[in-house]
Amino acid sequence: MQILEIHEPGETPLPHAEERRPAVGIDLGTTNSLVALSQDQKPEVLCDPDGSAMVPSVVAYPETGEVLVGELARRHLLEEPDLVVSSIKRLMGRGPDDLKRLAGTLPFELEPAEDGRMVRLRIGARRLTPVEISADILRALKARAERALGREIDQAVITVPAYFDDAARTATRDAARLAGLEVLRLVNEPTAAALAYGLDQGAEGLYAIYDLGGGTFDVSILRLEKGVFQVLATGGDAALGGDDFDHAIAERFLAERARQLGAEKLSVAATKQALVTARLAKECLTDRTQGEWVLDLDGRTSRHRLDAGSFEALVAPLVERTIATAKRVLFDARLKPQDVRGVVMVGGSTRVPLVRRKVAELFGREPLANIDPDQVVALGAALQAEALTHGSDTLLLDVTPLSLGIETMGGLVEKVIHRNSTIPVARAQEFTTYQDGQSAMLIHVVQGEREMARQNRSLARFELRGIPPMVAGAARIRVSFAVDADGLLTVSAEEKTTGVAAHVEVKPSYGLTEEEMAAMLRESMEHAREDMEARLLAEARVSADRVLLALRGALRADGGLLDGAERDAIDAAVAKLERSKEGEDRGAIQDAIEELDRATQDFAARRMDRNIAAALKGVSVDQLGRKTGSGE
Amino acid sequence: MSEERAEKDGGATAMRDCWSCGTAVAMRAPFCHACGVIQAPQPVDHFTRLNLPARFDLQMADIERQYFGLQRYFHPDRFAAKPARERALSSQHATDLNEAYAVVKDPLRRAEYLLVLKGRPVQGDACSTISDPRVLLEAMEMREELAEAQSATEIEGIIARVEGECEAVLDEVADAFAREAFDLAGRHCIRLRYLTKLAAEAHERRARLEA
Ligand SMILES: Nc1ncnc2c1ncn2[C@@H]1O[C@H](COP(=O)(O)OP(=O)(O)OP(=O)(O)O)[C@@H](O)[C@H]1O
Ligand SMILES: [Mg+2]
Ligand SMILES: [Zn+2]
Repeated sequence: MQILEIHEPGETPLPHAEERRPAVGIDLGTTNSLVALSQDQKPEVLCDPDGSAMVPSVVAYPETGEVLVGELARRHLLEEPDLVVSSIKRLMGRGPDDLKRLAGTLPFELEPAEDGRMVRLRIGARRLTPVEISADILRALKARAERALGREIDQAVITVPAYFDDAARTATRDAARLAGLEVLRLVNEPTAAALAYGLDQGAEGLYAIYDLGGGTFDVSILRLEKGVFQVLATGGDAALGGDDFDHAIAERFLAERARQLGAEKLSVAATKQALVTARLAKECLTDRTQGEWVLDLDGRTSRHRLDAGSFEALVAPLVERTIATAKRVLFDARLKPQDVRGVVMVGGSTRVPLVRRKVAELFGREPLANIDPDQVVALGAALQAEALTHGSDTLLLDVTPLSLGIETMGGLVEKVIHRNSTIPVARAQEFTTYQDGQSAMLIHVVQGEREMARQNRSLARFELRGIPPMVAGAARIRVSFAVDADGLLTVSAEEKTTGVAAHVEVKPSYGLTEEEMAAMLRESMEHAREDMEARLLAEARVSADRVLLALRGALRADGGLLDGAERDAIDAAVAKLERSKEGEDRGAIQDAIEELDRATQDFAARRMDRNIAAALKGVSVDQLGRKTGSGE
Repeated sequence: MSEERAEKDGGATAMRDCWSCGTAVAMRAPFCHACGVIQAPQPVDHFTRLNLPARFDLQMADIERQYFGLQRYFHPDRFAAKPARERALSSQHATDLNEAYAVVKDPLRRAEYLLVLKGRPVQGDACSTISDPRVLLEAMEMREELAEAQSATEIEGIIARVEGECEAVLDEVADAFAREAFDLAGRHCIRLRYLTKLAAEAHERRARLEA
């Protein structure tokens, strides 16, 4: 493409582009997601063409069948709220029981869940699991990275809240698989933040990471020393974040509204709108002391005043919960607040002044925010992605956030792996039969700190069969737990006297079955083909535009070099390309581009000669190469 | 844990075949000298695992230097781009190192583990087997005191005292090990166990009082 070479040398990709395969870091947030890449330990967030770093974690499923993610989807939120999903991360790994508990607080239309199946959302005509919706967000991030880097991306480090349980971690990994991404590692969000902070600021000593995002809260304490990032303890709440602040405000507004307008039954769409307004109010009150907001729902309008003091009173109990958790984590690490050298603030909700005040009060020092709290997690993920693919001197030692155990007699839990154990970790415990001749044993794996099995999260149930008849208490059943570096659990059981064994990779009770996963993969592969076609077509159009633009410039500058017939031939080729560009046929566009290229070859050569002649007038010979190489 | 674990335990010169290239490699070598590929970890005691002497008086700095240093070689993050089998082996090494570190860094667990290695394991668990009547009395009194404590200051007083006791007992444990008086060390361990448990309970109550 000689015309292009003359006019836009900087836009063609460098011939010596990166040979190594890049892996990206992804912060898959409740409210916002980011994708970043690190090269030579310099991580950078990959932005979209107009420079925005954050992708709102919002997905729209318009009736036309396409899938919109991010800002585009958010714009649909007010127009077609029924077809838009936000905060889907809150449902990752959740089962119908969890949802009963959350009922009424979630702006989702749920499909009545079948027993033991993953929940599905009702979005227009579609029925989608949280895993599929998250996969759509991941696909958009993957595409963004590919566009920014000009090459295919298929490996990523994805961050998860430290306090995510096994079910939610597995769901995240499944979502990545659906999106065509190999997960190199699931990294805990506060740990990723510490990595970015520590490497950037050269911090050494004990640090607390306080991460309050849109939907989750984590607090971790790490020791940073000579390139070792050692998590000492972690804690949090996988269902506490800015969303809950929004809910508190929305509830207050709706209660006021009921007093003003009388009771009404609000649609799910109206609830979503109320939440959007509440979030607006909350974010305003970070910088201002008061304001007034209007709710225009289901055709009726109400007005609501809120000042900073009342807002703080509304959310104080939530903030107190985070402070209590932070104290608990300090206690687990056997530390006092003053032992901590710095508190790093992560997540958009740490902008709330009350949060900052309370954290400062607990630790007796002003929290740090030297790195953008919105980006620090993604930057850390990118650093880890680089470390995993290209090696590194730093060592990341993380822990499992929740204890893992087995239900024993009377519904009690016997802990096998305690929380805050450094991963990878493996432990085994022996159990026995409690009936004469018992030939099978049900193994119920639970996660959590409570004493009764039913108060904890049920991860899996499986049966060890074929135990030979023995008197009660004679069998020796050894149950082994192993948690890998991603924080994922595998359980196996063996009867020691006979060697009868069972092995399960724990598939959380509400996880996807292998068949479901396979079906979804098939489906997404078909979509991927369609998506790929659409992308290639768009790319062909873009190159057509570039060629046409370059040619127009050349004609303006050097049109005099052409005689009438030559000019007509070029104009005809231009017209043909412009026509094919409006069509859907990628091949036709490609052909028209080549035809135009042929039609302009002489012209390009003549221009080249002329430019060289012009350049030679005032340029020494050794500068010549550079000058001609860079065009005009 | 792995099939290799079952291989016969060898002395200094015992060899095994590298699973990847077949070269004969020293049993204890974690990497094949010919192809560089990671080998299965050996069933060794926690001290050997960390390349530390099997003794009670170890410095925290030395324990950590060994642990971090070895994890830098074996941690799964170093093997993320390697084939599955190598990743699994690295995970086994890292798991064993984590276990060894957890035991060796904690003075009570270190002492009890050493006694197992010396063939003199401390019997029973927790406070169920305190046979020394003086220790039993002390334990009951302390527990009662904690149960009756109402204020944070009272509990903090108990914590300070119990932790002071722990320090003192640790010195005695160290002294007993130095003199190879293992049975004495074992008796001190029993006392240390309940003191540690009591301290944890006191901390727990202190934390609950605040919440
Ligand atoms: N100026 C502000 N004042 C108050 N809250 C804010 C402000 N800016 C952002 N937030 C809140 O921060 C939250 C989003 O934070 P962030 O992007 O860190 O979350 P996330 O990473 O998507 O969620 P999570 O980490 O919980 O999965 C939202 O609830 C948003 O309303
Ligand atoms: Mg976040
Ligand atoms: Zn070899």
